[in-house]
Amino acid sequence: MTFEHEVATKVAVPDGLPMAPRPFVIRRTRRETYDTFTLELESTIKTKPFSFAPGQFNMVYVFGVGEVPISISGDPDNMDKLLHTARAVGTVTKRMSALGKGDVLGIRGPFGAAWPLAEAKGKDVVIVAGGIGLPPLRPSIYSIMRNRGEYGRVCLLYGARTPSDILFPREMETWRKKHGIDVFITVDRSMKGWKGNVGVVTTLIPKATIDPLNTLAMIVGPEVMMRFSALELLKRGIDPATIYVSMERNMKCGIGLCGHCQFGPHFICKDGPVFPYNRIKELLMKREI
Amino acid sequence: MFQVAVTAMVYRIETAAVQSLIEVLHQQNYSVLGPTLRDGSIVYDELHDASDLPMGWTEEQRPGYYRIRKRNDEALFGFTLGPHSWKKFLFPSISKLFSASRNAKGFNVLKDKAEPKGGTKPLAFFGVRPCELHAIEIQDKVFASGDYKDPQYNNVRAQVFIVAVNCSHPAETCFCSSMGTGPGVEGQYDLALTEIIDEKQHFFLIEAGSPKGEQVLENIQHHPAEGNEVSKGEDVVRTAASNMKRTLDTRGIKELLYENAEHPEWEKVGARCLSCANCTLVCPTCFCNTVEDSTDLGGTEATRTRKWDSCFTLDFSYIHGGNIRTSTKARYRQWMTHKLASWIDQFGTSGCVGCGRCITWCPVGIDITDETRVIRDNNGSA
Ligand SMILES: Cc1cc2nc3c(=O)[nH]c(=O)nc-3n(C[C@H](O)[C@H](O)[C@H](O)COP(=O)(O)OP(=O)(O)OC[C@H]3O[C@@H](n4cnc5c(N)ncnc54)[C@H](O)[C@@H]3O)c2cc1C
Ligand code: SF4
Ligand code: SF4
Ligand code: FES
Repeated sequence: MTFEHEVATKVAVPDGLPMAPRPFVIRRTRRETYDTFTLELESTIKTKPFSFAPGQFNMVYVFGVGEVPISISGDPDNMDKLLHTARAVGTVTKRMSALGKGDVLGIRGPFGAAWPLAEAKGKDVVIVAGGIGLPPLRPSIYSIMRNRGEYGRVCLLYGARTPSDILFPREMETWRKKHGIDVFITVDRSMKGWKGNVGVVTTLIPKATIDPLNTLAMIVGPEVMMRFSALELLKRGIDPATIYVSMERNMKCGIGLCGHCQFGPHFICKDGPVFPYNRIKELLMKREI
Repeated sequence: MFQVAVTAMVYRIETAAVQSLIEVLHQQNYSVLGPTLRDGSIVYDELHDASDLPMGWTEEQRPGYYRIRKRNDEALFGFTLGPHSWKKFLFPSISKLFSASRNAKGFNVLKDKAEPKGGTKPLAFFGVRPCELHAIEIQDKVFASGDYKDPQYNNVRAQVFIVAVNCSHPAETCFCSSMGTGPGVEGQYDLALTEIIDEKQHFFLIEAGSPKGEQVLENIQHHPAEGNEVSKGEDVVRTAASNMKRTLDTRGIKELLYENAEHPEWEKVGARCLSCANCTLVCPTCFCNTVEDSTDLGGTEATRTRKWDSCFTLDFSYIHGGNIRTSTKARYRQWMTHKLASWIDQFGTSGCVGCGRCITWCPVGIDITDETRVIRDNNGSA
């Protein structure tokens, strides 16, 4: 079996310095939740439009502060703007969240392997997202919506910590109403006024409106969540060869030179972050790999 | 692979010609780097002339033990390896990746400031052991052959002149025979030396491995070696091989380690290991590194610095929400499995050349060959 996006296109290296970021200016910012924000970026240097494949990430640099891997959360067919959605958790992402319109960030990328959207054609698609795992999947959803007729039933299962952690609620409503995507949401902890599901995202898997024998699954979330989601999908009879996950490790370079992102024999930055479940399932079951 | 059609000519040079060799390299504008004695160990540094070589010295190495010792002859290469490896010149422990300054458009990467470490002179590595030549070729695969290449490494590497030396006196910690990397020189060198020394004679055999090497050789006194001299050289390597006691059985090593990720030995070795990272620092192939971003006080100039890092530190595997490899056991397993197994999947070669440095410089004497043996002997007992 060939993994279609394995051959990630090599990115042009400005000035022969693969570790030097290109400046991008922030055109808009959007507060998604109390701790999560989206930045809309545009290159300050007039070059080719920024093209990427769903699932790829950039190394995002805050001047003098640091650089972190962040998935691209925008529409792959709209190359004018580059979108990143991040949760402010530490040094770099907190500084990033404080930036506003007109401020400049550094970008290196796009890097990594993408979601197998071509392989998914003609199949039902189940997308399982936990927390900040939803933004890395949004480009796939955009792509599917644009070519909606080529996919079967499409089902998004999304778990957030609390109702106020839910990302893109209005957009999800549109996906449901206008694009025929079944959206199921659950929260770990309920709050006053919440009438929806409570429980971990794996509890939604039995509800997924898909034909297990002809389904492709994409999962992003914390490692335990991905492990249990995959097991739950297997229980529903989904072929393990059609399950994909996006892995996360510390990354200092994004280009296979720093060694930090190793996961067994894989460099997550260049062999992943998207992996066929079959390729990494043994490693996923081991601790501290 | 192709075979070299004709065996390169073997020449004899006298010991005094070693000085000429260094001089010729200097004349050709090389900065000559090689083994020299400093603070009780043999390290790699600038060689001004042949007297900087550790003449008449050898060393004793055991797990967790290294002492230099006088020899009773005047051998120039009568030792093996110290704590340094050539990686410190090709992949410096600290280097600046770029600097950038703020401007109206945000910031601007300053091209001229990518610092060429070790000056701009091309480097001549004088006295590269067989295992180290392999280690350099392994790091070439990491830094110079993927989709993304390290520009600093490549700039320096492209100009390196290599004078290799066949091994005559393996240390107790050496196991290059097992790894197929020694004790005879193989690979891309410019010149290769073999030191012949006994009560009656002291001279060198020399072979050119490249046009650059031939050109240097032309400039020093040499003449074709006689048949018995050539066979003396072969004896040196053969004796070295038969004197090598330490072994590592590499049969099916990748599968062995992959299948034994839960072997109880990891727990045991993890309890001994101090997580000090010495092994990764002395290893000639370990390449992991980290970057640090900083600004000047005014916040207008930013710099990114790259530093050697080690999979033995807790921070190495940090991601928000916790470190992945919290236990020393997991870190040792990561290191050894990477060296001997996953490296093969990643780069098509072992990540270990059998130099033994990690054994010698481990403060508690952990031995990668012993660890492999224990796992092999109780294969699958987890
Ligand atoms: C492929 C990939 C895609 C990602 N996509 C997103 C995304 O779309 N949105 C989002 O909010 N987050 C994403 N993350 C996680 C994000 O990289 C971390 O939240 C971020 O690195 C935290 O950095 P910090 O400096 O704010 O936090 P600190 O806790 O201060 O971290 C210090 C340093 O540790 C490293 N580090 C910490 N956490 C992580 C981590 N989770 N992964 C890798 N390195 C880490 C970084 O080098 C960071 O600078 C992604 C991670 C990976 C590997
Ligand atoms: S792992 Fe040890 S013996 Fe092998 S190359 Fe590295 S330092 Fe040398
Ligand atoms: S194996 Fe030895 S040298 Fe390596 S980290 Fe552990 S104690 Fe240090
Ligand atoms: S992030 Fe540096 S090797 Fe993958």
